[in-house]
Amino acid sequence: MATPRADDWSWFPALALGVSFLKCILINAYHSTDFEVHRNWLAITHSLPVSKWYHENTSEWTLDYPPLFAWFEYSLSHVAQHFDKEMLVVQNLIYTSPATILFQRLSVIVTDIVFIYAVKECCRSVREEKGSKDLLGHPFFILAALLLWNFGLLIVDHIHFQYNGFLFGILLLSVARHLQGRHLEGALLFTVLLNLKHIYLYIAPAYGIFLLRSYCFTKDNTDGSVRWSSFSPVRLVALGSIVISVGALSFGPFIAMGQLPQVLSRLFPFKRGLCHAYWAPNVWALYNMVDKALSVLGVRLKLLDVAKLPKASMTGGLVQEFQHSILPSVSPSITLICTLLSIMPAVLSIWCRPRGARGFLRCLVVCALGSFMFGWHVHEKAILMAILPFSILAVESREDAGIFLMLTTTGHYSLFPLLFTAAELPIKVLLMLLFTLYSFTSLKKLFRLTIGFLVTSLTKALLPRLLSLAGRAALGGVLVVPNFFHLRMMEATVFLGPSML
Amino acid sequence: MENWSLVSICVLFGLTARWAVSLNSYSGAGKPPMFGDYEAQRHWQEVTYNLPVHEWYFNTTDNNLNYWGLDYPPLTAYHSLLCAHDHGFDFCWVLVADLLIYIPAVVLYSFYLSEGSNKKKVCTVLCILLYPGLILIDYGHFQYNSISLGLALWGVVVLGLGWDVLGSLAFVLSLNYKQMELYHSLPFFCYLLGKCFKQGLAGRGLFLLVKIAVTVLVTFALCWLPFLSDPGQILQVVHRLFPVGRGLFEDKVANTWCSLNVLIKIKTILSTDTQLYFSLTTTLLAILPSSIKLLMKPTLWQFKLALVNSSLAFFLFSFQVHEKSILLPALPVCLLLNDLPLPAIWFLQASTFSMLPLFLKDGLLVPYVVTSLAFLFFSIYLLSAFEHCSEDKLRLGCLRHLPSLIPGSFYFSITAMAGLSFMSVALAPPDQLPDLFPLLVSVFSYLHFLGLLLYFNIVQIAEPLQSVRKNQKKSN
Repeated sequence: MATPRADDWSWFPALALGVSFLKCILINAYHSTDFEVHRNWLAITHSLPVSKWYHENTSEWTLDYPPLFAWFEYSLSHVAQHFDKEMLVVQNLIYTSPATILFQRLSVIVTDIVFIYAVKECCRSVREEKGSKDLLGHPFFILAALLLWNFGLLIVDHIHFQYNGFLFGILLLSVARHLQGRHLEGALLFTVLLNLKHIYLYIAPAYGIFLLRSYCFTKDNTDGSVRWSSFSPVRLVALGSIVISVGALSFGPFIAMGQLPQVLSRLFPFKRGLCHAYWAPNVWALYNMVDKALSVLGVRLKLLDVAKLPKASMTGGLVQEFQHSILPSVSPSITLICTLLSIMPAVLSIWCRPRGARGFLRCLVVCALGSFMFGWHVHEKAILMAILPFSILAVESREDAGIFLMLTTTGHYSLFPLLFTAAELPIKVLLMLLFTLYSFTSLKKLFRLTIGFLVTSLTKALLPRLLSLAGRAALGGVLVVPNFFHLRMMEATVFLGPSML
Repeated sequence: MENWSLVSICVLFGLTARWAVSLNSYSGAGKPPMFGDYEAQRHWQEVTYNLPVHEWYFNTTDNNLNYWGLDYPPLTAYHSLLCAHDHGFDFCWVLVADLLIYIPAVVLYSFYLSEGSNKKKVCTVLCILLYPGLILIDYGHFQYNSISLGLALWGVVVLGLGWDVLGSLAFVLSLNYKQMELYHSLPFFCYLLGKCFKQGLAGRGLFLLVKIAVTVLVTFALCWLPFLSDPGQILQVVHRLFPVGRGLFEDKVANTWCSLNVLIKIKTILSTDTQLYFSLTTTLLAILPSSIKLLMKPTLWQFKLALVNSSLAFFLFSFQVHEKSILLPALPVCLLLNDLPLPAIWFLQASTFSMLPLFLKDGLLVPYVVTSLAFLFFSIYLLSAFEHCSEDKLRLGCLRHLPSLIPGSFYFSITAMAGLSFMSVALAPPDQLPDLFPLLVSVFSYLHFLGLLLYFNIVQIAEPLQSVRKNQKKSN
């Protein structure tokens, strides 16, 4: 191939098209119940008036995303009716005609264009050292490949089925705008994102503090601390009006109809239990496991009466509320406090010593990780909220690259239980190998990482896998990962491989 | 990035694409009573596992040959026996075969026998692995072509590296897996014979000839060992492999006879024997120039071209050709991707298109569209196909004005293929002509194949016997 020059971006469409083709041949792969969830929402928004959207519960998969996403489904439903009108009937539960599958899959693939655009913008904002490198060694090429071909996003969106591509596209675009200094646009994009999927509340603290500190205060003192005199009310008002107007657009109709409490109860279903159906490898999963282990031990040692223990199992793979047997039960407020404590150092840091947009990005990742570790009813897919933005930092700094490799390998591996069918096994193994091999070799070349460094990273990431192979009924393994946050504030993060209890 | 990591990434991507295609429908899915090729493979596992060897090819109470009787040579039967022992997920076996046989051959070919920078070699690996025809037939329709084609490719690679005896061994194994490899046999024969002549029949040449002959005979004997005890066995197997009673062609296939049949109903006018002689004569005439040239100049470049010309000629003029046999010329054309990118891409796309009616029957429309688009896009982009359109690059010394027409014709042709594909899916044929679209597809493909046969023949014949020109790179 006539090696494309670095300033010739023809390779970008090639990468984007390549992954899109792959997504297209995965159209007929396994899809999870999330497919039916979205079909149901298409039906609800198309066939019912707005006042019924958050009350409708014919199907168990009720609408539990904010109103802007409901409007998104509504607009999709207008295209859907040309594929198969039957999918828009609310009573047609678990309706999966070939046309329905084709439409839904294509809608994810097409809306990914937002993600592709966002990746392009991120690549343009990447810092790199000058010097002729061949195309494959440029940071922006590596970033594009790591984002566009991200294993987690591919299997969650295009096999398991969700719309994360376009949502993460908006997030990455917002980050890119902040990196480019266009803060109002970034704020607007994030507000829209929050009104599309409220899980991004996890990272709202980073946005809030960063914008307040670095945007509303226009100048800093020479030592980096706050210069209170440089506060700009105009900017604050601008930000406020953005948040309020988007919120009004989204929730306005429902507030007017007096449905706000109902909507909020749908958005924040605390009855769902501490842990999601599949094990998000976070602190509470470990907590549950310790509790279970202790109760089993207690029964064996005759310290406890079996009859008095709660019968249900947290590890059963179902979404329910449970009480712990031995350790104190955990309520939503406790998880909130733990989360806030875990992100406090990072957030304080960007207030006291802001490091510009990159410091904000780092804080964002810490918030995502902290919320993942300590949050209530966390999905394992939420790890993507840390992995994707972190990719930008990974191609700019050596240390970040090492941590990134560990984070992605473990994080992606923890997504394996999402695809449990035999037919999809080769796909997830091959794609995981593809992504892991690429990320390791490209970052190694970029930063001249040593073999020793890589072996340690890889071992730390795969140790749970090895342990889980060795111990049948035992725990998958416990991995302690030192946090990457530079200012000597170390958080011990506990990662858990898939357990076989 | 180092070569090994780039190549591994290409291979992993190729494997992923293959497996993803297998997640779609397959031949005969849910279509009783005969089902399709998937059922055929499963049946052969049954037959080889449960019955003794001497009953495999015979019509007995336990083995009804009308229900997917075994009609491939013994190696296929042994392979079915092997698969029968672990009747897990059959598509796994295709993937394993690809990984062990076909893909290593492709990688070795690209790195040792093709020219250009390392980047170009990696791109060649990727483009060959993305060829839609083989992916769709092996993983969609369900067959094991990657074994026979892979072994044949091993033969080419090993011969290219200079190990003649091993090369002939690989090819004989390939032949004993699928008898269609006979399409490739003449070039192998002429190349090896030509090499023997070049080394002098009075000395080393004769020795080489004897070595090769012995290898071939011994390999054949080993493969057919269980059947050698009884001449009746051998005859029956041959009878199953070459069903001459079945007529000039079946269904719609993009060759001369089927296309001619549109104008003159030769199937009804001529008797079966006349048809046989007619096809035999035309085939021989078509392969003669290429084979003689190869005999006179046994180089790797001539060998590759002869493989294309010979198998394509067989496809176009031979007896009882099936549309899947286009894979036989497609393999050597893949080897030309590096040297003559645009004609090769054109042929490979046309070959995929020619099998469209088969894919539609198997419910493989989406994989067909996606893999074709992916192949076209990546091969044109990575191999810079349109930059290699000058008359020198196309080696069309005598036809000077032609190259300027090529890009336009290429676009027109691809658009027409897309249009015909769309029509085959979206429109219903008129009642008087129920086979209209398959016929249009096969005739359109036939015209391409004929034109490309002429082109590749010109390229092969026009090359001078002694490499006079200094800038002539292909002269090993």
